[in-house]
Amino acid sequence: MELARHWRVRHARYRLEGSRHVQTGEIAFPPRDGAAWQSYPLSGRGTLCTYAVVHQPPAGHTGEVPYMVAIIQLAEGPRITAQLTDCDVGDVTMGMEVQMVTRLLEDMGADGLLVYGYKFRPLI
Amino acid sequence: MRPVFVAGTYATAVAEHWNRTALSLASEALHGALAASAHPPVGALYVANALGAAIGMQSNLAPAIAQAAGLTGIEILSLDGGGAAGGLAIRQAMLAVASGMHEAVAVVGVEKVSDVLDAQREAAVALLSDGDWEGVHGVTQTAQWAMVMRKYMHDYAVTPLDFAPFAVNAHANAVANTHALYRFAISADKFKSAGMVADPLCLLDCATMADGAAALIITAQPVTQCGRTVRIGGSGVATDTLALHDRADLLDLTAIRLASQRALTQAGCALTDVQLYDLDDAHGICAVLALEAMGIAPRGSGTTLGSTGSIQPDGSVPLALAGGCKARGDMVGALGVYQLVELTAQLRGTATTQVPGATVAMAVCMAGIANTAVAHVLIGM
Repeated sequence: MELARHWRVRHARYRLEGSRHVQTGEIAFPPRDGAAWQSYPLSGRGTLCTYAVVHQPPAGHTGEVPYMVAIIQLAEGPRITAQLTDCDVGDVTMGMEVQMVTRLLEDMGADGLLVYGYKFRPLI
Repeated sequence: MRPVFVAGTYATAVAEHWNRTALSLASEALHGALAASAHPPVGALYVANALGAAIGMQSNLAPAIAQAAGLTGIEILSLDGGGAAGGLAIRQAMLAVASGMHEAVAVVGVEKVSDVLDAQREAAVALLSDGDWEGVHGVTQTAQWAMVMRKYMHDYAVTPLDFAPFAVNAHANAVANTHALYRFAISADKFKSAGMVADPLCLLDCATMADGAAALIITAQPVTQCGRTVRIGGSGVATDTLALHDRADLLDLTAIRLASQRALTQAGCALTDVQLYDLDDAHGICAVLALEAMGIAPRGSGTTLGSTGSIQPDGSVPLALAGGCKARGDMVGALGVYQLVELTAQLRGTATTQVPGATVAMAVCMAGIANTAVAHVLIGM
Protein backbone atom coordinates (compact mmCIF):
# COMPACT_ATOMS: atom_id res chain seq x y z
CA MET A 1 0.00 0.00 0.00
CA GLU A 2 2.96 2.35 0.53
CA LEU A 3 0.79 4.24 3.02
CA ALA A 4 3.59 5.38 5.33
CA ARG A 5 5.78 6.39 2.40
CA HIS A 6 3.28 9.04 1.31
CA TRP A 7 1.96 9.92 4.77
CA ARG A 8 5.33 10.90 6.19
CA VAL A 9 5.88 13.55 3.51
CA ARG A 10 2.32 14.92 3.68
CA HIS A 11 3.30 18.42 4.83
CA ALA A 12 5.69 18.83 1.93
CA ARG A 13 3.24 17.34 -0.57
CA TYR A 14 0.09 19.17 0.54
CA ARG A 15 1.34 22.61 1.55
CA LEU A 16 4.85 22.74 0.12
CA GLU A 17 6.49 22.86 3.51
CA GLY A 18 10.27 23.08 3.30
CA SER A 19 12.97 23.85 5.84
CA ARG A 20 14.91 26.91 6.95
CA HIS A 21 18.38 26.65 8.47
CA VAL A 22 18.33 28.43 11.83
CA GLN A 23 21.85 29.86 11.45
CA THR A 24 22.40 30.46 7.74
CA GLY A 25 18.79 31.13 6.72
CA GLU A 26 19.14 28.71 3.79
CA ILE A 27 15.79 27.50 2.51
CA ALA A 28 15.57 23.83 1.50
CA PHE A 29 13.05 21.61 -0.21
CA PRO A 30 12.39 18.71 0.34
CA PRO A 31 12.42 19.37 4.11
CA ARG A 32 15.60 18.48 5.94
CA ASP A 33 16.02 16.55 9.16
CA GLY A 34 17.99 17.74 12.14
CA ALA A 35 17.95 20.32 14.90
CA ALA A 36 19.49 23.01 12.67
CA TRP A 37 16.44 23.04 10.39
CA GLN A 38 13.01 24.43 11.20
CA SER A 39 9.80 24.04 9.23
CA TYR A 40 9.29 26.74 6.61
CA PRO A 41 6.21 27.06 4.38
CA LEU A 42 7.07 28.00 0.81
CA SER A 43 4.99 30.48 -1.19
CA GLY A 44 4.39 28.08 -4.08
CA ARG A 45 5.49 30.76 -6.55
CA GLY A 46 8.27 30.20 -9.03
CA THR A 47 9.43 30.21 -12.62
CA LEU A 48 9.70 27.42 -15.18
CA CYS A 49 13.29 26.22 -15.46
CA THR A 50 12.64 23.50 -18.04
CA TYR A 51 9.96 20.97 -19.02
CA ALA A 52 9.20 17.92 -21.16
CA VAL A 53 6.08 16.25 -22.53
CA VAL A 54 5.75 12.58 -21.55
CA HIS A 55 4.26 10.27 -24.18
CA GLN A 56 5.65 6.98 -22.81
CA PRO A 57 4.63 6.92 -19.14
CA PRO A 58 5.65 4.74 -16.22
CA ALA A 59 3.18 2.40 -14.50
CA GLY A 60 0.79 4.44 -12.37
CA HIS A 61 0.54 7.27 -14.92
CA THR A 62 -0.57 5.45 -18.07
CA GLY A 63 -4.00 7.11 -18.16
CA GLU A 64 -2.59 10.64 -18.17
CA VAL A 65 -0.56 10.90 -21.39
CA PRO A 66 0.51 13.19 -22.78
CA TYR A 67 1.40 15.16 -19.66
CA MET A 68 4.02 17.78 -18.90
CA VAL A 69 6.73 17.45 -16.26
CA ALA A 70 8.91 20.34 -15.22
CA ILE A 71 11.65 21.65 -13.00
CA ILE A 72 10.49 24.81 -11.21
CA GLN A 73 12.77 27.45 -9.74
CA LEU A 74 10.95 28.36 -6.53
CA ALA A 75 10.95 32.01 -5.44
CA GLU A 76 12.70 31.09 -2.16
CA GLY A 77 15.62 29.36 -3.92
CA PRO A 78 15.18 25.59 -4.11
CA ARG A 79 14.26 23.81 -7.33
CA ILE A 80 11.49 21.23 -7.48
CA THR A 81 10.25 18.61 -9.95
CA ALA A 82 6.49 18.47 -10.60
CA GLN A 83 3.85 18.18 -13.30
CA LEU A 84 2.45 21.21 -15.07
CA THR A 85 -1.32 21.36 -15.02
CA ASP A 86 -4.27 23.54 -16.07
CA CYS A 87 -2.55 24.47 -19.34
CA ASP A 88 -1.75 23.16 -22.82
CA VAL A 89 1.69 22.67 -24.34
CA GLY A 90 1.13 25.75 -26.46
CA ASP A 91 0.68 27.89 -23.33
CA VAL A 92 4.08 26.96 -21.90
CA THR A 93 7.18 29.11 -22.28
CA MET A 94 10.58 28.80 -20.66
CA GLY A 95 10.90 31.11 -17.68
CA MET A 96 7.15 31.67 -17.29
CA GLU A 97 5.75 32.34 -13.82
CA VAL A 98 3.95 29.44 -12.16
CA GLN A 99 2.14 28.71 -8.90
CA MET A 100 1.56 25.58 -6.87
CA VAL A 101 -1.82 23.86 -6.79
CA THR A 102 -2.89 20.60 -5.12
CA ARG A 103 -3.93 17.83 -7.49
CA LEU A 104 -4.24 14.04 -7.70
CA LEU A 105 -0.77 12.63 -8.44
CA GLU A 106 -1.60 8.95 -8.72
CA ASP A 107 -4.64 6.69 -8.45
CA MET A 108 -3.47 3.27 -7.27
CA GLY A 109 -6.74 1.57 -8.09
CA ALA A 110 -9.79 0.26 -6.20
CA ASP A 111 -7.74 -1.18 -3.34
CA GLY A 112 -4.97 1.42 -3.41
CA LEU A 113 -4.26 4.98 -2.43
CA LEU A 114 -5.24 8.24 -4.03
CA VAL A 115 -1.96 10.13 -3.79
CA TYR A 116 -2.43 13.91 -3.72
CA GLY A 117 0.29 16.51 -3.92
CA TYR A 118 1.61 19.60 -5.65
CA LYS A 119 1.52 20.43 -9.32
CA PHE A 120 2.19 23.83 -10.89
CA ARG A 121 0.05 25.94 -13.20
CA PRO A 122 0.67 29.22 -15.02
CA LEU A 123 0.36 32.11 -12.53
CA ILE A 124 -3.13 33.53 -12.44
CA MET B 1 48.93 -1.72 -6.61
CA ARG B 2 49.94 -3.91 -9.55
CA PRO B 3 48.79 -3.57 -13.17
CA VAL B 4 45.67 -5.46 -14.26
CA PHE B 5 44.81 -6.86 -17.65
CA VAL B 6 41.80 -7.97 -19.65
CA ALA B 7 41.90 -11.68 -20.52
CA GLY B 8 38.90 -13.42 -22.10
CA THR B 9 35.83 -11.45 -23.13
CA TYR B 10 32.40 -12.40 -24.43
CA ALA B 11 29.09 -10.67 -25.15
CA THR B 12 25.77 -12.22 -26.13
CA ALA B 13 23.66 -10.80 -28.91
CA VAL B 14 21.58 -7.83 -27.78
CA ALA B 15 17.94 -8.66 -28.49
CA GLU B 16 14.54 -9.36 -27.05
CA HIS B 17 15.46 -12.86 -25.91
CA TRP B 18 11.91 -14.11 -25.30
CA ASN B 19 13.04 -17.71 -24.79
CA ARG B 20 15.96 -16.96 -22.45
CA THR B 21 16.32 -16.08 -18.78
CA ALA B 22 18.82 -13.67 -17.24
CA LEU B 23 20.65 -16.69 -15.87
CA SER B 24 20.86 -18.28 -19.31
CA LEU B 25 22.30 -15.12 -20.85
CA ALA B 26 24.76 -14.56 -18.01
CA SER B 27 25.90 -18.18 -18.14
CA GLU B 28 26.57 -17.98 -21.87
CA ALA B 29 28.63 -14.82 -21.37
CA LEU B 30 30.62 -16.20 -18.43
CA HIS B 31 31.35 -19.54 -20.15
CA GLY B 32 32.41 -17.64 -23.25
CA ALA B 33 34.78 -15.35 -21.38
CA LEU B 34 36.29 -18.16 -19.29
CA ALA B 35 36.96 -20.24 -22.41
CA ALA B 36 38.36 -17.35 -24.46
CA SER B 37 41.83 -17.33 -22.94
CA ALA B 38 44.17 -19.17 -20.58
CA HIS B 39 44.31 -17.59 -17.12
CA PRO B 40 44.63 -18.60 -13.46
CA PRO B 41 41.45 -19.89 -11.77
CA VAL B 42 39.09 -16.99 -10.99
CA GLY B 43 38.96 -16.17 -7.29
CA ALA B 44 35.75 -14.14 -7.38
CA LEU B 45 32.68 -13.47 -9.51
CA TYR B 46 31.25 -9.94 -9.66
CA VAL B 47 27.75 -9.59 -11.13
CA ALA B 48 26.13 -6.36 -12.34
CA ASN B 49 22.36 -6.24 -12.83
CA ALA B 50 20.32 -3.05 -12.54
CA LEU B 51 16.68 -3.99 -12.90
CA GLY B 52 16.13 -7.63 -11.94
CA ALA B 53 14.78 -6.71 -8.52
CA ALA B 54 12.97 -3.52 -9.58
CA ILE B 55 10.91 -5.30 -12.25
CA GLY B 56 10.26 -8.20 -9.90
CA MET B 57 12.12 -10.87 -11.89
CA GLN B 58 15.08 -12.02 -9.81
CA SER B 59 17.51 -10.36 -7.48
CA ASN B 60 20.78 -11.81 -6.18
CA LEU B 61 21.67 -13.61 -9.40
CA ALA B 62 25.32 -14.21 -8.54
CA PRO B 63 25.02 -17.58 -6.74
CA ALA B 64 23.00 -19.00 -9.63
CA ILE B 65 25.48 -17.74 -12.22
CA ALA B 66 28.33 -19.23 -10.21
CA GLN B 67 26.49 -22.54 -10.04
CA ALA B 68 25.83 -22.56 -13.78
CA ALA B 69 29.53 -21.99 -14.42
CA GLY B 70 30.55 -24.81 -12.07
CA LEU B 71 31.97 -22.25 -9.64
CA THR B 72 29.72 -22.88 -6.62
CA GLY B 73 31.64 -21.90 -3.51
CA ILE B 74 33.33 -18.91 -5.15
CA GLU B 75 33.32 -15.45 -3.55
CA ILE B 76 30.67 -13.22 -5.14
CA LEU B 77 29.61 -9.58 -5.21
CA SER B 78 26.34 -8.26 -6.67
CA LEU B 79 25.99 -4.64 -7.81
CA ASP B 80 22.78 -2.82 -8.70
CA GLY B 81 24.05 0.69 -9.43
CA GLY B 82 21.67 1.29 -12.33
CA GLY B 83 23.36 1.95 -15.66
CA ALA B 84 26.65 2.33 -13.79
CA ALA B 85 26.49 -1.21 -12.36
CA GLY B 86 28.70 -2.79 -15.03
CA GLY B 87 31.37 -0.14 -14.60
CA LEU B 88 31.21 -0.41 -10.82
CA ALA B 89 31.69 -4.20 -11.01
CA ILE B 90 34.73 -3.81 -13.27
CA ARG B 91 36.17 -1.17 -10.94
CA GLN B 92 35.80 -3.49 -7.95
CA ALA B 93 37.27 -6.43 -9.86
CA MET B 94 40.19 -4.26 -10.88
CA LEU B 95 40.80 -3.29 -7.23
CA ALA B 96 40.60 -6.92 -6.10
CA VAL B 97 43.24 -7.99 -8.62
CA ALA B 98 45.44 -4.88 -8.29
CA SER B 99 45.55 -5.29 -4.51
CA GLY B 100 46.85 -8.83 -4.80
CA MET B 101 43.74 -10.32 -3.20
CA HIS B 102 42.95 -12.34 -6.34
CA GLU B 103 44.94 -13.42 -9.40
CA ALA B 104 41.86 -13.39 -11.61
CA VAL B 105 38.28 -12.13 -11.21
CA ALA B 106 35.31 -12.71 -13.52
CA VAL B 107 32.85 -9.87 -14.16
CA VAL B 108 29.40 -10.51 -15.64
CA GLY B 109 26.86 -7.83 -16.52
CA VAL B 110 23.37 -9.03 -17.36
CA GLU B 111 20.02 -7.38 -18.02
CA LYS B 112 16.68 -8.98 -18.88
CA VAL B 113 14.05 -6.33 -19.52
CA SER B 114 11.83 -7.75 -22.26
CA ASP B 115 9.61 -9.78 -19.92
CA VAL B 116 7.72 -6.68 -18.73
CA LEU B 117 5.71 -4.03 -20.55
CA ASP B 118 7.08 -0.55 -21.26
CA ALA B 119 5.23 1.12 -18.36
CA GLN B 120 6.60 -1.33 -15.79
CA ARG B 121 10.12 -0.93 -17.19
CA GLU B 122 9.84 2.88 -17.17
CA ALA B 123 8.73 2.76 -13.53
CA ALA B 124 11.67 0.53 -12.61
CA VAL B 125 14.16 2.80 -14.39
CA ALA B 126 12.62 5.87 -12.72
CA LEU B 127 13.69 4.39 -9.38
CA LEU B 128 17.30 5.03 -10.43
CA SER B 129 16.49 8.71 -9.80
CA ASP B 130 14.67 10.10 -6.73
CA GLY B 131 11.52 8.04 -6.14
CA ASP B 132 9.87 10.36 -3.59
CA TRP B 133 10.60 13.71 -5.24
CA GLU B 134 10.84 12.90 -8.96
CA GLY B 135 9.36 9.48 -9.71
CA VAL B 136 6.07 10.11 -7.88
CA HIS B 137 5.30 12.85 -10.40
CA GLY B 138 5.45 10.46 -13.34
CA VAL B 139 8.89 11.64 -14.36
CA THR B 140 10.71 8.97 -16.35
CA GLN B 141 14.43 8.93 -17.00
CA THR B 142 13.70 9.75 -20.64
CA ALA B 143 11.60 12.73 -19.51
CA GLN B 144 14.49 13.93 -17.36
CA TRP B 145 16.88 13.82 -20.31
CA ALA B 146 14.21 15.61 -22.34
CA MET B 147 14.09 18.39 -19.73
CA VAL B 148 17.87 18.65 -19.80
CA MET B 149 17.79 18.74 -23.61
CA ARG B 150 15.17 21.49 -23.67
CA LYS B 151 17.25 23.59 -21.29
CA TYR B 152 20.29 23.01 -23.51
CA MET B 153 18.35 23.96 -26.66
CA HIS B 154 17.08 27.09 -24.91
CA ASP B 155 20.47 28.19 -23.55
CA TYR B 156 22.52 27.46 -26.66
CA ALA B 157 19.99 27.98 -29.46
CA VAL B 158 20.19 24.51 -30.98
CA THR B 159 17.36 22.33 -32.32
CA PRO B 160 16.46 18.65 -31.88
CA LEU B 161 17.84 17.99 -35.36
CA ASP B 162 21.30 19.15 -34.20
CA PHE B 163 21.43 15.95 -32.11
CA ALA B 164 20.64 13.68 -35.09
CA PRO B 165 24.29 12.98 -36.11
CA PHE B 166 24.81 11.00 -32.89
CA ALA B 167 21.99 8.56 -33.70
CA VAL B 168 22.95 8.44 -37.40
CA ASN B 169 26.59 7.61 -36.50
CA ALA B 170 25.54 4.96 -33.96
CA HIS B 171 23.31 3.19 -36.48
CA ALA B 172 25.93 3.33 -39.25
CA ASN B 173 28.52 1.79 -36.94
CA ALA B 174 26.18 -1.00 -35.80
CA VAL B 175 25.51 -2.36 -39.30
CA ALA B 176 28.63 -4.58 -39.11
CA ASN B 177 28.14 -5.58 -35.46
CA THR B 178 26.49 -9.01 -35.44
CA HIS B 179 25.60 -8.54 -31.74
CA ALA B 180 23.79 -5.22 -32.22
CA LEU B 181 20.05 -4.81 -31.71
CA TYR B 182 19.53 -2.59 -34.78
CA ARG B 183 21.80 -3.36 -37.74
CA PHE B 184 20.50 -0.75 -40.17
CA ALA B 185 21.42 2.80 -41.05
CA ILE B 186 19.11 5.77 -40.45
CA SER B 187 19.08 9.20 -42.07
CA ALA B 188 18.68 12.67 -40.57
CA ASP B 189 15.43 12.96 -42.55
CA LYS B 190 14.04 9.84 -40.89
CA PHE B 191 15.16 11.24 -37.52
CA LYS B 192 13.29 14.46 -38.25
CA SER B 193 9.99 12.70 -38.91
CA ALA B 194 10.07 10.32 -35.90
CA GLY B 195 7.29 10.53 -33.29
CA MET B 196 7.86 11.88 -29.80
CA VAL B 197 8.70 9.73 -26.75
CA ALA B 198 9.26 12.64 -24.39
CA ASP B 199 9.12 15.88 -26.32
CA PRO B 200 11.74 17.14 -27.39
CA LEU B 201 13.19 13.57 -27.51
CA CYS B 202 11.90 11.66 -30.54
CA LEU B 203 11.88 7.89 -31.02
CA LEU B 204 15.10 7.95 -33.08
CA ASP B 205 16.83 9.95 -30.34
CA CYS B 206 16.02 7.27 -27.74
CA ALA B 207 17.90 4.04 -27.17
CA THR B 208 15.98 0.81 -26.80
CA MET B 209 16.49 -1.19 -23.63
CA ALA B 210 17.10 -4.83 -24.49
CA ASP B 211 18.32 -8.14 -23.09
CA GLY B 212 21.94 -9.16 -23.05
CA ALA B 213 24.92 -10.26 -21.00
CA ALA B 214 28.63 -9.59 -21.28
CA ALA B 215 31.57 -10.94 -19.32
CA LEU B 216 35.28 -10.42 -19.00
CA ILE B 217 38.10 -11.91 -16.97
CA ILE B 218 40.49 -9.52 -15.25
CA THR B 219 43.95 -10.86 -14.44
CA ALA B 220 47.22 -9.84 -12.82
CA GLN B 221 49.28 -11.54 -15.53
CA PRO B 222 49.31 -10.06 -19.04
CA VAL B 223 47.27 -12.09 -21.51
CA THR B 224 48.10 -11.68 -25.19
CA GLN B 225 45.44 -12.19 -27.81
CA CYS B 226 45.78 -11.33 -31.51
CA GLY B 227 49.32 -10.16 -30.66
CA ARG B 228 48.02 -7.50 -28.29
CA THR B 229 47.83 -7.09 -24.53
CA VAL B 230 45.09 -4.90 -23.06
CA ARG B 231 45.62 -3.28 -19.67
CA ILE B 232 43.02 -1.41 -17.60
CA GLY B 233 45.13 1.68 -17.17
CA GLY B 234 42.75 3.60 -14.95
CA SER B 235 39.28 3.73 -13.59
CA GLY B 236 37.28 6.34 -11.75
CA VAL B 237 33.93 6.52 -9.99
CA ALA B 238 32.09 9.68 -8.94
CA THR B 239 28.65 10.74 -7.75
CA ASP B 240 26.31 13.70 -8.11
CA THR B 241 22.96 14.56 -6.51
CA LEU B 242 20.35 11.81 -6.89
CA ALA B 243 17.66 14.31 -7.92
CA LEU B 244 18.34 16.37 -11.04
CA HIS B 245 16.63 19.48 -9.60
CA ASP B 246 19.17 19.67 -6.74
CA ARG B 247 22.00 20.60 -9.11
CA ALA B 248 23.12 24.20 -9.37
CA ASP B 249 23.85 23.66 -13.08
CA LEU B 250 21.46 21.27 -14.86
CA LEU B 251 23.80 21.02 -17.86
CA ASP B 252 26.98 20.05 -16.00
CA LEU B 253 27.40 16.29 -15.59
CA THR B 254 29.82 16.68 -12.69
CA ALA B 255 30.09 12.96 -11.97
CA ILE B 256 31.26 12.25 -15.52
CA ARG B 257 33.85 15.03 -15.31
CA LEU B 258 35.22 13.72 -12.00
CA ALA B 259 35.15 10.03 -12.98
CA SER B 260 36.89 10.63 -16.31
CA GLN B 261 39.55 12.84 -14.69
CA ARG B 262 40.19 10.20 -12.03
CA ALA B 263 40.51 7.45 -14.63
CA LEU B 264 42.89 9.51 -16.80
CA THR B 265 45.03 10.47 -13.79
CA GLN B 266 45.38 6.86 -12.72
CA ALA B 267 46.23 5.84 -16.28
CA GLY B 268 48.80 8.62 -16.58
CA CYS B 269 47.09 9.73 -19.78
CA ALA B 270 45.97 13.09 -21.10
CA LEU B 271 42.61 13.46 -22.79
CA THR B 272 44.46 13.98 -26.08
CA ASP B 273 45.92 10.45 -25.78
CA VAL B 274 42.45 8.85 -26.00
CA GLN B 275 41.66 7.76 -29.55
CA LEU B 276 38.11 6.48 -29.16
CA TYR B 277 35.24 6.54 -26.70
CA ASP B 278 32.15 4.64 -25.78
CA LEU B 279 29.62 6.67 -23.79
CA ASP B 280 26.31 5.96 -22.06
CA ASP B 281 24.56 7.59 -25.02
CA ALA B 282 20.88 6.68 -24.80
CA HIS B 283 20.11 10.11 -26.32
CA GLY B 284 22.18 12.60 -28.29
CA ILE B 285 22.05 15.00 -25.34
CA CYS B 286 23.77 12.36 -23.14
CA ALA B 287 26.74 12.20 -25.50
CA VAL B 288 26.87 15.98 -25.94
CA LEU B 289 26.92 16.68 -22.20
CA ALA B 290 29.40 13.88 -21.52
CA LEU B 291 31.78 15.27 -24.17
CA GLU B 292 31.45 18.73 -22.60
CA ALA B 293 31.91 17.42 -19.05
CA MET B 294 35.05 15.55 -20.05
CA GLY B 295 36.46 18.69 -21.66
CA ILE B 296 36.44 17.34 -25.21
CA ALA B 297 34.03 20.06 -26.34
CA PRO B 298 33.60 23.56 -24.83
CA ARG B 299 30.30 24.23 -23.04
CA GLY B 300 27.45 24.67 -25.50
CA SER B 301 29.36 23.39 -28.52
CA GLY B 302 29.08 19.60 -28.19
CA THR B 303 26.65 19.21 -31.08
CA THR B 304 29.27 20.57 -33.50
CA LEU B 305 31.30 17.37 -32.96
CA GLY B 306 28.34 15.63 -34.59
CA SER B 307 27.74 18.10 -37.41
CA THR B 308 31.42 18.18 -38.38
CA GLY B 309 31.73 14.38 -38.47
CA SER B 310 34.29 14.30 -35.65
CA ILE B 311 32.38 11.48 -33.91
CA GLN B 312 32.56 9.17 -36.93
CA PRO B 313 35.09 6.31 -37.05
CA ASP B 314 37.58 8.39 -39.07
CA GLY B 315 37.03 11.54 -36.99
CA SER B 316 38.99 12.94 -34.05
CA VAL B 317 36.53 11.69 -31.39
CA PRO B 318 35.14 8.37 -32.63
CA LEU B 319 32.04 7.36 -30.67
CA ALA B 320 29.70 4.38 -30.50
CA LEU B 321 31.80 2.18 -32.78
CA ALA B 322 29.75 -0.92 -31.93
CA GLY B 323 26.51 1.07 -32.26
CA GLY B 324 26.31 2.72 -28.85
CA CYS B 325 23.17 2.52 -26.75
CA LYS B 326 21.07 3.74 -29.68
CA ALA B 327 21.83 0.93 -32.14
CA ARG B 328 23.70 -1.79 -30.24
CA GLY B 329 21.06 -1.40 -27.55
CA ASP B 330 21.01 -0.35 -23.90
CA MET B 331 21.46 -3.27 -21.51
CA VAL B 332 21.44 -0.92 -18.47
CA GLY B 333 23.38 -2.79 -15.76
CA ALA B 334 25.32 -4.79 -18.34
CA LEU B 335 26.32 -1.74 -20.39
CA GLY B 336 29.64 -1.07 -18.66
CA VAL B 337 30.78 -4.63 -19.32
CA TYR B 338 29.66 -4.53 -22.98
CA GLN B 339 31.66 -1.32 -23.36
CA LEU B 340 34.89 -2.91 -22.15
CA VAL B 341 34.33 -6.03 -24.26
CA GLU B 342 33.88 -3.80 -27.33
CA LEU B 343 36.81 -1.50 -26.56
CA THR B 344 39.08 -4.49 -25.85
CA ALA B 345 38.23 -5.71 -29.35
CA GLN B 346 39.20 -2.27 -30.70
CA LEU B 347 42.61 -2.45 -28.99
CA ARG B 348 43.12 -6.01 -30.25
CA GLY B 349 42.27 -4.87 -33.77
CA THR B 350 39.30 -7.24 -34.05
CA ALA B 351 36.35 -4.83 -33.84
CA THR B 352 33.69 -4.88 -36.55
CA THR B 353 33.92 -1.10 -37.07
CA GLN B 354 37.61 -0.66 -36.29
CA VAL B 355 39.64 2.47 -35.55
CA PRO B 356 42.96 1.41 -37.14
CA GLY B 357 45.89 1.18 -34.75
CA ALA B 358 43.94 2.28 -31.67
CA THR B 359 45.94 2.00 -28.43
CA VAL B 360 43.99 4.09 -25.87
CA ALA B 361 40.21 3.96 -25.40
CA MET B 362 37.82 5.27 -22.76
CA ALA B 363 34.42 4.02 -21.60
CA VAL B 364 31.92 5.97 -19.51
CA CYS B 365 28.70 4.62 -18.06
CA MET B 366 26.28 6.16 -15.59
CA ALA B 367 23.16 5.73 -13.50
CA GLY B 368 20.14 8.02 -13.90
CA ILE B 369 21.11 11.51 -15.02
CA ALA B 370 24.74 10.76 -14.13
CA ASN B 371 24.06 10.59 -10.39
CA THR B 372 26.79 7.95 -10.55
CA ALA B 373 29.42 7.76 -13.27
CA VAL B 374 32.20 5.28 -13.95
CA ALA B 375 35.05 5.76 -16.41
CA HIS B 376 37.67 3.27 -17.56
CA VAL B 377 40.78 3.85 -19.66
CA LEU B 378 42.03 0.83 -21.61
CA ILE B 379 45.56 0.73 -22.99
CA GLY B 380 46.59 -1.70 -25.73
CA MET B 381 50.23 -2.79 -26.05
